[in-house]
Amino acid sequence: MSKVIPLSGNYAVAYAVKAADVDVVAAYPITPQTAVVEKVAEFVANGELDAEFLHVESEHSALSAVLGASAAGARVFTATSAQGLLLMYEIMHIASTARLPIVMGIATRAISAPINIWCDHSDFMAASDTGWIMLMALNAQEAHDLIIAAYRIAEDPRVHIPVAVGYDGFIVSHTVEPVDVVEREKAIKYAPKRVTWYTLNPEKPMTMGSLASPDWYFEFRVQLQNAIESSREVISEAFTDFKHYFGREYREIDSFYTDDADVVLVSMGSATGTVLAFVEEARRAGMKVGLLNVRLFRPFPEVEIAKHLENAKVVAVLDRAMNAGSSFVGPLYSDIVVTMFKRGLDIPVINHITGLGGRAVLKSYVESIVKHAYSLVGKKMRDIERHYSFIGVRE
Amino acid sequence: MSGFTIASIPREELLAPGHRMCQGCGAAIVMRHLLKALGKDVIIAHATGCVEVTTSLYPETAWRVPWIHVAFENAAAVASGIEAAVKALKKKGEISPEKKIKVVAIGGDGGTVDIGLQALSGMLERGHNILYILYDNEAYMNTGIQRSGATPLYAWTTTTPAGKVWRGEWRRKKDIVGIVKAHGVPYTATVNFAYISDFYTKLKKASEIDGPTFIHAYAPCVPGWRYEPHLTVKIAKLAVQTGIWVNYEIDGDSFRVTTPVSKRLPVEEYLRAQGRFAHLTGEEVEMIQKMVDEDVDYINKLAGSVVIGPVERK
Repeated sequence: MSKVIPLSGNYAVAYAVKAADVDVVAAYPITPQTAVVEKVAEFVANGELDAEFLHVESEHSALSAVLGASAAGARVFTATSAQGLLLMYEIMHIASTARLPIVMGIATRAISAPINIWCDHSDFMAASDTGWIMLMALNAQEAHDLIIAAYRIAEDPRVHIPVAVGYDGFIVSHTVEPVDVVEREKAIKYAPKRVTWYTLNPEKPMTMGSLASPDWYFEFRVQLQNAIESSREVISEAFTDFKHYFGREYREIDSFYTDDADVVLVSMGSATGTVLAFVEEARRAGMKVGLLNVRLFRPFPEVEIAKHLENAKVVAVLDRAMNAGSSFVGPLYSDIVVTMFKRGLDIPVINHITGLGGRAVLKSYVESIVKHAYSLVGKKMRDIERHYSFIGVRE
Repeated sequence: MSGFTIASIPREELLAPGHRMCQGCGAAIVMRHLLKALGKDVIIAHATGCVEVTTSLYPETAWRVPWIHVAFENAAAVASGIEAAVKALKKKGEISPEKKIKVVAIGGDGGTVDIGLQALSGMLERGHNILYILYDNEAYMNTGIQRSGATPLYAWTTTTPAGKVWRGEWRRKKDIVGIVKAHGVPYTATVNFAYISDFYTKLKKASEIDGPTFIHAYAPCVPGWRYEPHLTVKIAKLAVQTGIWVNYEIDGDSFRVTTPVSKRLPVEEYLRAQGRFAHLTGEEVEMIQKMVDEDVDYINKLAGSVVIGPVERK
């Protein structure tokens, strides 16, 4: 029988770790992630989860330790936010090319400076070039479910790539919602514990983490790209099976009213709820507005996304992070623009940076974004003078 | 020495020939013998450094035991994870609980006393069953002889050159064993392969303790210390005979010098054998002699008797 209990996003993640029967957990406290490892520690302390819990002295060591544990054949978990993720950044690249099925939770948070503990996607986006599979949960239930799916995906012999599951700091991590908690037996059936990857074993000695000269380095990197490409199929299977096992349906993206939409909004994370609320109002008022929510960020589901943008007249992308000085500013925007350009979809694609450092993303912002989008209907990309704007900021 | 003789050194080579370490490399001798001392049932986590790059060039490897390299500063953290995994998997029956597996971390001086110090401290403090081995060649040799926190006073390195203002390194070597000891670990020791039975005895002892143990291994570097390759063992011996290097162990609270030196040679004999000290004036040599004399006094005080004798001038 499934059990619905009130849980914060962080606790929902901890319950998923318990359900997945994780063997080794290493983590370091950082707001807003802290509660997830507190809860995992409680599970271990009470004997509800039979795992080794490593009180490491930094996030760098947290990821290093779970990397070592994964290389030794354990199912592992770590979680972090913001500066902690940046400290892990070096090891994230190594973990993906080491092809170890590590699973990490990211309670997304702004990056310093100024120091700020509140939600945005600066940390998550900074990790987008590390070769990890990256998912973004919309709420506590999703955070719970995607962590369980992450083990199934990461440990699949066709993949062997670490998976990060993002969920918005505070907005999701600290909001208590009813969560249908997956039972261990069912979770293990869905994501069976079988060590399909190479491990460190005195019976069968092998060398991991070699030096690769120009003669070989390139091939390692290409193999990672090939593996993350082929993970698309595995992710899709994992989602299909998830519905079969647990009744909840996930897709790489969610689409709302995109079929006949003139303006399509693209959003990621908890802001999607606010955007959807506006879209539904707009629809009732007769405006042809649609919405795409990006759940799978890496590998970027461009084929699925493009299908929903083909008939749009204007696309507006909301980003909760920025890449100062780049040609695109918003990181999600850059993926959307490339996706469209590759398919010859020459319509205005506008970027709206909003909600940085925990600033609320209001429905009125979405309204102004849509209003602006309508003013561009009929134009081409090259007609746009300024492709980005900041919403909800002092000018 | 618990019945150790040269004949008891295992024949089997767990460090395969054909690695790319320099002719006369001290670290190579350390690696070869530490593997013999520890045997096959180990898992090694190795920090970035000379030994790592020269033994693991894909698609070849010199390691006949399971071995992993991740990064420079995290060998102790990676080893911690491996040790935790072995523990968890034994508990869950995935690895036979009777199977003896010793997790070993290896780092050079840069990877241990500088960039890896935090991870090492965490590993020691958490009480993992890991043997950490520091091979100390007293500078960043892999990147081409830059000073580290383990570079000795007045040594020339490429970042502490001897010029009109600078006279080589002007700070003293970091007391890494003191730092390790302050974590309250059950066993720490220094080893020098010129005293091979002491080396084996300590490696074995450290590996058999269920807890964090630390071995500080002396590792002369031919290009970095600027001497001829055939002199490695001679220089290693001179280090002990001059009192520059002292073989000791701290077993629980008991401190013991394992290679007593009744009469010391002057440090000049050690210094003049190496190009890295070629720029030293007589005065500077005397400064080092004074420093070593003080260190020896301190060691004798810890030992409770004169185990390292006075300098005998020829």
